[in-house]
Parts: sequence; C-alpha cells; structure tokens
Amino acid sequence: MPQTNAHPGSALETCGLSLVYGSGETAVTALDGVDFAVSAGEVLALMGPSGSGKTSLLMILGCLLRPSSGEVWVEGRAIANLPDRDLGRLRLQRMGFIFQSYNLFPALTAAENVQVALELKGRDLNDAAGLLERVGLGKRLHNFPRQLSGGEKQRVAIARALAGDPPILLADEPTAALDSTNGRAVVNLLCELAHEQGRAVVVVTHDPRVGDLADRVVRIEDGRLCS
Amino acid sequence: MKGQRTRWGLGMAGLLAWRNLAHDRSRFIVTLVGIIFAVVLIAMQIGLFLGFSDSTTNVIRHTRADFWIVAKGSQNFEVTLPINEREIYLARSVPGVAAAEPLLVQFGNWKRPGGGDESVLVVGTDLNTGLAGPWNIVAGRLEDLRRPDAVMIDLVFADKLGVHEVGTTVEILGRRARVVGFTRGIRSFTTSPWVFASYRTAQHLTGFPETDTNYVIGTLAPDADPAEVRAALVAALPRTDVYLSEQFAARTRDYWMFTTGAGASVLVSAVLGLLVGMVIVAQVLYATTVDHLPEFGTLRAMGAPRAFVYKVILGQAVLSATLGHLPGILLALAVAKASEAGAAVILIPWELAVGLYGVTLAMCVLASVVSIRKAMDIDPAMVFQR
Repeated sequence: MPQTNAHPGSALETCGLSLVYGSGETAVTALDGVDFAVSAGEVLALMGPSGSGKTSLLMILGCLLRPSSGEVWVEGRAIANLPDRDLGRLRLQRMGFIFQSYNLFPALTAAENVQVALELKGRDLNDAAGLLERVGLGKRLHNFPRQLSGGEKQRVAIARALAGDPPILLADEPTAALDSTNGRAVVNLLCELAHEQGRAVVVVTHDPRVGDLADRVVRIEDGRLCS
Repeated sequence: MKGQRTRWGLGMAGLLAWRNLAHDRSRFIVTLVGIIFAVVLIAMQIGLFLGFSDSTTNVIRHTRADFWIVAKGSQNFEVTLPINEREIYLARSVPGVAAAEPLLVQFGNWKRPGGGDESVLVVGTDLNTGLAGPWNIVAGRLEDLRRPDAVMIDLVFADKLGVHEVGTTVEILGRRARVVGFTRGIRSFTTSPWVFASYRTAQHLTGFPETDTNYVIGTLAPDADPAEVRAALVAALPRTDVYLSEQFAARTRDYWMFTTGAGASVLVSAVLGLLVGMVIVAQVLYATTVDHLPEFGTLRAMGAPRAFVYKVILGQAVLSATLGHLPGILLALAVAKASEAGAAVILIPWELAVGLYGVTLAMCVLASVVSIRKAMDIDPAMVFQR
C-alpha cells in the first residue's frame, strides 16, 4: 500500500528521505530523514556547504537517483517504485533542468538546442523562437553556444528547460559561472517563471543573491535539513 | 510530430548526428578518409578477384561451344593432355550433336624481335566454323589468320612480346610466325599471353602431332537436351571427360582461383580490408561518441528515450558510410578504368559498387555498436557532478 503525501497540493514532496552510499563500515550517509515540500509558484533555494547533500537531494527530486529509503511524490504521485522508463518519461514531461555548466549542445544553434527538447516532448519545433524570446534571446536564435556569453548560454538552457511547459524546474548552481549582473538576471528570470506561470522552482546554490530572492531557503548540512 | 522535420526526416536526432560529425572537421575528415580507404581497399581486392576470375575463363566464354571434350582428369583450360583426333568423329556421331571440331592450346616459347624469350599460350581454332577464335580485333581481320604462319596477339601484351606493328615477324619454338593483327582486352590469368592462330598454323608452330588435339568443342542440335547429349557423349567417349561450357568454365575458374590459392589470397585481402576499415571507423565513431558523452548524458537526464540516442549514433554511422562510400567507390572506379590498359584488370560491376554501399553501411553500423553501449552506460546523474 503506497504511502500518501502530507501536502496533496505540492509539486514536490519528500518524506523520511535518506541516501546511503556503500555499506557496512564504509557506508556514507548523504541524506538522513529529509522531509520537505515545494508548492507550485514557489522558488525554493537549497543552500549548504559542499558535500552537504544538496545536489544528491536535487538528483532524487529529479528522478535521477533512487533514495535508500523514504518516499518522493511528484505532483502527488509516489515515484519510489516506478521503473526507470517511467521515471524518464516523468522527467521529460513534467520537469525542466538547468545545469551549472549549461550543458548545451555545442554543435547546435540556440534555437536548435531548444528544438531538441521540443521534439523529445512532442511539441511544435516552431515554439523555440517564442521560448528564446521569452528569455530575451529573440535575436540570438541562430547563434551557436560558442558565440554567446555565459549569461546568454544559461538563458538558452532555461529556454530549453521551459520547452513543453513543465510545471517543475530544477536548477543546479545556475549562477555559479556567471558574473553578478548576469547572475541576478537569471535569478530574476527564474522567479518570474515561478510567480507568473505557477511553476515550482528548486535551486541548489551557494549564491546568497539567490537566497535573497527565493521565496524560501532550506539549509542542509550533513544530509539533514537545518531550517 | 508537429512542426518542421529536419535532416532527411530524421528529426533533431538526424541534425544532431550530422552536426556532431561536422562540428569537428578534422576528425570528420579523418573518419571519411578511413572509410574511403576501406571502400577502395575492399573494392580493389574484390575487383581484382573478379578480374582474375574473368580472365581465367574469358577464352572459354567467348567460344560458341555448347560442350567441351577434354582428356580425363583435366583441371583447367590452359594445361591439358592430348586426346586422339578420332574423338572428333565419335562426337559427331552422337545424336543431338550439331557440330564438333578440334581446338588446340599449347604453351610455346616466343622469341622477341629485340631479343629475349617469353612463354606464350598458342590457341589454334578452326576458322571455317568460327566456333572459337580471337575477338575484339582492333587491327587486322580474322580472315588474315588463314595466311600461313599468321598469328594475332593482344595489345595488353604488345610490350611484353616486343611487337607493336602488324607485319612484324617473330619466332615461336624456333618457327617463323607473322603478327597479322591485334586484339584488345584478352588477358591471361597465367600471365602467358594468348597467341591466336588457325588450327593448322598452331599445329605447325607448336609441333603438335596431327593425330592428336587438346579439345573437341561442339554445338548441340536445336531442341537437343544438353544434359542428355552430355550423358550420351560420356557413354560414347569413355577415354575423355565431357563438360557443358559453363561447367568447364566453372572448373577452370575454381582451379585457378581456389585450388591454387590465388583467388583465396585476394579474397583474404578483401576481408582484411573490411576488418581494417571497421577498426578505423569504430575507433573514430567511438572517439566522436566519447567526445559527446556529456551531451548524451544531458539527453538522458532530460528524459530522452534510448531510441533517440540510438538514432543519433546510428545517424552518425549512416552519414559516415554514405559520405565515405561515394568518393571511395568513385576513386575505385577510376583505378579500375586505369587498369584496363594493364595485364591485371580490376572489374567493378554496378552490383559490386551498390553492394559495397551495403557493406560500408553494415561496417559503420557494426562499428557504432561499441559507441552505443558506451553512450547507454552513462549515468544521467553525471550532468550534476561536473
């Protein structure tokens, strides 16, 4: 009998989440009894020192890593026992990812990078222009990543994450490689996407600017939530 | 799928495959050179095999004979024991035989006008029936062979035999002969040039006994069943072997190509070419895949199905095969064209050219299997760990 989630309206929710690498004397606990929820329209910043478990938590939330115990609900659906194929489909249809190193396809233009995600999600490839317009890159459709600044690359990555209109955005250190101005612009954009379009946005970050702008900050240390 | 389709209907996977290849031009050129090398190597080796194979039977195939009567145990056209001339008359007496005539094939020693000797194969045929004889005559006429001591040689061997003009006088086994014409493209697998003559001239030049011959060749009467007539000939001529033309051609070809090992060595080279090509292509495709592993990881993290990743890597293989095969086969065809003037011809029929595309495609797809495994082994979580 699957466990039911405590916050039925949440976009993402965890209960008693733990993650242990290895076994026996060499076992390392990366996450220990993590309970939290993120609602639609909310920007949640996950902050903590390096090795505290925040990226592991993001990977579990993104269905890329299975917890050792505990449960995760995505839009109310328990995912612990879903097969890999269903997890992949869930990621594809309900989530958008933003990476620290942008992870764009260097051989494709900005528009084509977005079109890959659109095609994977079965959407109209012509939507790419609108998505890039939305992130302020309407005039950079045909530029390759090497022709873009760091901030522009991250905005292309955000446009790609928005392909298919996913209700959940997961971002891993999205401002780490950006200067102050570009970093702030990216955070503002993520906040807009959450507040104006009702998306749940989880941002793993060391950047205090993100913490300042986020709706909620959750600190994590030694695999446990502190606040 | 809504919206535009890209790159030959393969969608974004096709576009990504093409761009991944073209993005690193140096590597792409190395890939293409590797495939072109493999295609040329395979085409050359198979073309040589076909050329050799063709040259082993070209004289047999250019006769109008339906059957061949040969000395018992004869393995090939060039080297055979004599049979008695009366076998001709016995053959003519078998129901279903329309005509039977002798054909002489003997090695001889050709003295070049400028000095030096060459081994030649003298072929003597009955000019009256025209069942056999030279073809592709480019200088002189077939009728010229009726003149005493007249012979014809092929232009391919003109340098080797030291004769470049009609009318040149030479010596064969110490007997005088005059070159009355040239043919074009009649090669010999044994490398000994063919020397065509009338049956009587060949007997005279080689000193062959008049009571013997090498072969009896003949034609069947209209409506005669070849297998039945052959069986009747076997029964009537117990001191000989009897073959239908295609059987004798196959026996000669198999002897030279497989019994002697000459053809097998060429085929082994072709297989080696295929393996070398596969290794080159596999290495380059693998290196390209490894270079793009983070991108495949990103795709998996985004939730891309395995089929999409397969399409990208197989797309790279198909594009590489297609773009490598075309220049490779054109280069091979150019070499084959150039070989027409030489003693060893390379034959690349259209079936081989098209079939090699299938081979190249299979080679590239097989070579990409290792890359696919590498790409599918990626943990999509790697994208968060960089």
